[in-house]
Amino acid sequence: MPTSTRLYGTRLSAWAIATAIVLTAAFALAAFYAPIEADQGFSQKIFYVHVPLAIVTLIGFVYGGICGVQYLRSGDSRHDLRSYTAIHQALIFCLAALITGSIWAKAAWGQWWVWDEPTLVSFLIVFLLYCTYQPLRFSIEDPERQARYAAVFAVVAGAFIPLNFIAVRLADPLIHPRVLSKSGGNLPGEMKLTFYMAIVGMLLLFITLYKYEMTAKHGRAQLRALRRRLGTIDQEAPRGRSAAPSVNPS
Amino acid sequence: MSAIELDGIARSYGDRRALEDVTLTLDEGATLVVFGPNGAGKSTLLRILATLLRPSAGHARIFGHDVRTDGWRVRGAIGFLGHDALLYGDLTAQENLAYQARLYGLRGDAARNRIAQLLEAVGLEGRADDRVHTFSRGMVQRLAACRAVLHDPQVLLLDEPRANLDPVAAELLEPLLGRTSGRTRVITSHDPAGGLAEGDLALGLRAGRPALLRPASAVSAADIGELYR
Amino acid sequence: MSGAGLLGATRAILAKELLLERRAPQTIVAMALFSATTYVIFHFALQRDSIAGNLASGVLWVTVLLAAMLGIGRLFIADRDEGGLDGFLLAPVDRTALLAAKALTLFVFLLVLEAVAVPLFGILLLGPSPGAGGWAGVLLVLVLADLGIAVVGTLVAAIAVRTRSRDLITSILALPLLIPVVIGASRATADVFAATGAGSPGGRWLLVLALYDLVFALLAWALFDFLVED
Repeated sequence: MPTSTRLYGTRLSAWAIATAIVLTAAFALAAFYAPIEADQGFSQKIFYVHVPLAIVTLIGFVYGGICGVQYLRSGDSRHDLRSYTAIHQALIFCLAALITGSIWAKAAWGQWWVWDEPTLVSFLIVFLLYCTYQPLRFSIEDPERQARYAAVFAVVAGAFIPLNFIAVRLADPLIHPRVLSKSGGNLPGEMKLTFYMAIVGMLLLFITLYKYEMTAKHGRAQLRALRRRLGTIDQEAPRGRSAAPSVNPS
Repeated sequence: MSAIELDGIARSYGDRRALEDVTLTLDEGATLVVFGPNGAGKSTLLRILATLLRPSAGHARIFGHDVRTDGWRVRGAIGFLGHDALLYGDLTAQENLAYQARLYGLRGDAARNRIAQLLEAVGLEGRADDRVHTFSRGMVQRLAACRAVLHDPQVLLLDEPRANLDPVAAELLEPLLGRTSGRTRVITSHDPAGGLAEGDLALGLRAGRPALLRPASAVSAADIGELYR
Repeated sequence: MSGAGLLGATRAILAKELLLERRAPQTIVAMALFSATTYVIFHFALQRDSIAGNLASGVLWVTVLLAAMLGIGRLFIADRDEGGLDGFLLAPVDRTALLAAKALTLFVFLLVLEAVAVPLFGILLLGPSPGAGGWAGVLLVLVLADLGIAVVGTLVAAIAVRTRSRDLITSILALPLLIPVVIGASRATADVFAATGAGSPGGRWLLVLALYDLVFALLAWALFDFLVED
């Protein structure tokens, strides 16, 4: 197999700079431009971190599921790598969304966890489910089957998200008055602008981290292929068992 | 038409290549015998032909049907006898075969007659209603042979079929699995003399690569011994 | 040889599964014993002689869910240990037959379990009995929930049986996936078990369960082939 010398993801720095600019701008807007919310005061500002994190988490999981479908249709391991990376990053975003949600709950209602906030509860369940993605991959040795089963998981879990949300939402008796609709539909204009800016920034952050992880995986695979050509590692040497997809350095 | 055509068949598990670039054709009614040390890819080749494993590259056709795209037709034409008996220990011999027969669409009297005939042929007619976990290893192997030929397949895929058999039992299975059955056969073997006597075409595998492919009559036991070195 | 049709193959496998369980009853007996013991544990852990409403509903569904985990964990064991999966894959049969038959097997196991475990629950822990109409409602919820558990359980069992840490994967995968079933089923029966007089299961919860069953049945149908073929 010819080894390409082109480095994967050369535009990484452009994405990183764009992310830094937009996220900084969004947080600056959140801190100085968006009005203080009447009921919750300054603590409501975490809204501009928490909700974008949650939205990007969902986008990441759904993208992971779509790549899973593409892998099952084509058997092309690049889709498996995309699915793996998207889910891996989204899981980190999901944890961040849960932590910021918990902080918000403490500030707004005085408790670190509230069960009658259906979005937060849904995220906890989805988080618990996606936490099993790595152990599942790790417990399957054959890389091809590992990829196939992981893709099935990605599709099932992706379909689970809306179902789970419906069930949890219906179970919520809605005791707390909902100060803000999270869709942003009835936000005042300044809040809306800040909010959208924050979503774009968070999405850029996700894309940058995603590309960074992909670049790292490709770089490692290229290094391995080069070493193999140089004969510094044995062709047949067993590679340590891994939960990460194998990458073709091309 | 040739019964089996392999065109550049390969299979890898991640970085590890279990089988590489096997190309051959086998005529109808002929026997291919596959030699090689453990881990050389014999079972992998057999499982690919049985549609239990997808080839990573190349094409395998059985009576013109591709194992990858036309597996359904291939399955109806093959009988597979591997290391596992593929029988349920808590079911009787009769029940095991009846279950398999139903999967192959054989029902009623046709199935009953076929099962009785096979059990008699392998000398198990007296044990038809005993559970399989009470059977000896050799009896299990005889029953497994019945399972493999239940639907009268045109092609037999046999993974060391004589491994657990005494000479008498081996004799019993001859009409079902042997050359006289008239079936096209692929057999794996560790026994140079026995294997060469049985085969028309010999394939030698070493670390997944075909190291020898000749008519069995042109292969000596020493050639086979070379594979294991 | 053309092989059995989808229906014929499904019936052949289902008959084989039920015969195996009758021959050597392990799974259902274990599930029933597990449920009875769990009731005793709940009695002491909650320190209550009788329970009603939300609490009763929750205890019943936690017990059913955990007992179901035993059945899910064992669903493909005989096939793995004795090569039955290859035996099936070699036959010229639609792979969906295996999914359908295994899901039906689990469904039957759950119904048999509940035929023992639910009356036992009524005797041991439940406060006032809800009456015939109430029990009919419970039966409806049981059937809808069992369908969901059977489909998701089969999917998870098919994944887990070919991993190295089968027991761990079964539990950590099946439990979060089944949370919506627990939400729907326990809400649906909470009113039926209410101490103030039996209500009927809320329609929207039945709808949630039915939606869950439908979505996962379609997913399982679309994805199952990828789990059994190498």
